[in-house]
Amino acid sequence: MNLHEYQAKALFARYGMPVPHNLVAATPAEAREAAEKLSTDKVVVKAQVHAGGRGKAGGVKLVDTPREAEDYAKSMLGTQLVTIQTDAAGQPVNTVLVEETCDIANELYLGMVIDRASQRVVVMASTEGGMEIETVAHETPEKILKQELNPLVGLMPYQARELAFGLGLKGDQIKQFGKLLAGLCKCFVEQDLALVEINPLVVTGAGDLVCLDGKINIDGNALYRHKDLQELRDKSQEDERELRASEWDLNYVALEGNIGCMVNGAGLAMATMDIIKLKGGQPANFLDVGGGATKERVAEALKIILSDPEVKGILVNIFGGIVRCDLIAEGIIAAVADVGIKIPVVVRLEGTRAPEGRKLLDESGLDLQSASDLGDAAEKIIATVGVAS
Amino acid sequence: MSVLIDKNTRVLCQGLTGSQGTFHTEQAIAYGTQVVGGVTPGKGGTRHLDLPVFDTMRGAIDETAADATVIYVPAPFCKDSIIEAAESGVKLIVCITEGIPTLDMLEARIAVAQNGVRLVGPNCPGVITPGECKIGIMPGAIHNAGKVGIVSRSGTLTYECVKQTSDLGYGQSTCIGIGGDPIPGTSFIDALALFAEDPQTEAILMVGEIGGTAEEEAAEFIQSNVKKPVSAYIAGVTAPPGKRMGHAGAIIAGGKGTADDKFAALEKAGVTITRSPAELGLAVQQATGW
Repeated sequence: MNLHEYQAKALFARYGMPVPHNLVAATPAEAREAAEKLSTDKVVVKAQVHAGGRGKAGGVKLVDTPREAEDYAKSMLGTQLVTIQTDAAGQPVNTVLVEETCDIANELYLGMVIDRASQRVVVMASTEGGMEIETVAHETPEKILKQELNPLVGLMPYQARELAFGLGLKGDQIKQFGKLLAGLCKCFVEQDLALVEINPLVVTGAGDLVCLDGKINIDGNALYRHKDLQELRDKSQEDERELRASEWDLNYVALEGNIGCMVNGAGLAMATMDIIKLKGGQPANFLDVGGGATKERVAEALKIILSDPEVKGILVNIFGGIVRCDLIAEGIIAAVADVGIKIPVVVRLEGTRAPEGRKLLDESGLDLQSASDLGDAAEKIIATVGVAS
Repeated sequence: MSVLIDKNTRVLCQGLTGSQGTFHTEQAIAYGTQVVGGVTPGKGGTRHLDLPVFDTMRGAIDETAADATVIYVPAPFCKDSIIEAAESGVKLIVCITEGIPTLDMLEARIAVAQNGVRLVGPNCPGVITPGECKIGIMPGAIHNAGKVGIVSRSGTLTYECVKQTSDLGYGQSTCIGIGGDPIPGTSFIDALALFAEDPQTEAILMVGEIGGTAEEEAAEFIQSNVKKPVSAYIAGVTAPPGKRMGHAGAIIAGGKGTADDKFAALEKAGVTITRSPAELGLAVQQATGW
């Protein structure tokens, strides 16, 4: 789950990390009042969306007066912000962050992530703040400093010092950095974060460190033990179909294609997309109905697939292990009765209770094509829908 | 021979009295697995599925001398269950549960390593040696005893491998589902090392996925350590790049992690690759000349 910048900064502040004074506004009037309350003459107004690249997309503005803050907020709120990280529709701007400005002498990068290869939480820091860290990693990987944390003891002060010296920090900044990173590491573990980025972490003209931006992704598996973080979820930032799917415990990702897929298991779902592509078709989505598929969830899954107007045919691929194929078949029949399916459907059922499932479909009188295996299923649906243009 | 488990393996079930534990233990017993008891704190001294139930793993091990345990405990309690198992003296832990917080796994893995125990999973279908022992949620009936060792990150794709190798008459020595989580107990390399040493395993079929660099590391291992024919498929050529998480993860990995990178690394290591999940069995045939 992603947080907004203002939510991330509030969390940073709770861990004693330095963030600029700021206020959140949901209306232009609130933005003006916020600017009036803050102590700097100029303030920055930032659109709050779950996407990076806001600055270049016009989602961040430095303003001289509260009136300008109001005007800018008025121009942003209620619109969709399109950045290089969003799709063509963009993300809705429902709030703006109004923040005090500071004198920037230097921009650094600080991030933390769970690294699969080392099986450790890793801290990354770089002198190349303000840039896309992916670009730094690609062009000048030597400029990314790393420290792996031992899960039993967490961050050691020497690790913070090594990074601070590596970043070229001096005097009191080294102490400030140590305190900031200790707070960040504590936050990462206590709040079950999966990813955190401060880009940029600035050194002010006075020589102090300030977290000027904040990006946080929380481990979805751990949300059950963070009731307060659950409250921070902003569903307006999520894809409508993906959101609806998640409410039914379905794992759905929209793609740009015309063959809808319903599969059990994430690996098989990817493999189904792969074989459609390999045979010349275009998969419209990834959809894993999961291990505990019920009749209702299968019906809902089909409705979600059908809600994509691009979908011209559906491939159902189920290899029953825990999932019983007869239940899947009942779900398909229920969905057809409920919403009606007017496009071709190819069904491949294998594994637990597959013969019973096939029999149910055969006797349902529905216009379905059955397939004997994965390759056959892909060929049949492509033959019906047509190859990708 | 086979790897990890065979007909003599004595198996406990943590979470036996829950719905998942009950259902899958019934299936395992029907398959012929030697299930010797279960653990549910507070239900010690009772019987379930005609098996003794214990309050603690240590108590269960003392009474049953089990070799392996399978965990069907809900995700919030798995760190505790894995560490309890690791410190009980059991040799093999198979954790089926999906949705364990990643930071919990970082800690649990340390306890597992300190005790010299093997953990398979979490978020996996389990391990099966066809005709001898089934630990996990896979449908037993599709398996046949044979000569292909299968290792996979995905559950249902493992079944696909099994079906295709069964259809060709090869059968399987052992199938290991290592699970789809970022912090798995057993890696591809661990599984490959086991298959490389096992006389019954004549060929290996591995199925990877996008994300991380486990397949690239496996490729290096195969090149220098595995003499048997290896075939591989990587799922996710068409998967869209991760929206947020993928980015920073890929920095650490130095830009690796795509299906194409993994195919290339495996091909370079002499592995027979297939880009079609419908040709997993054929890839084994190609690699072996059977």
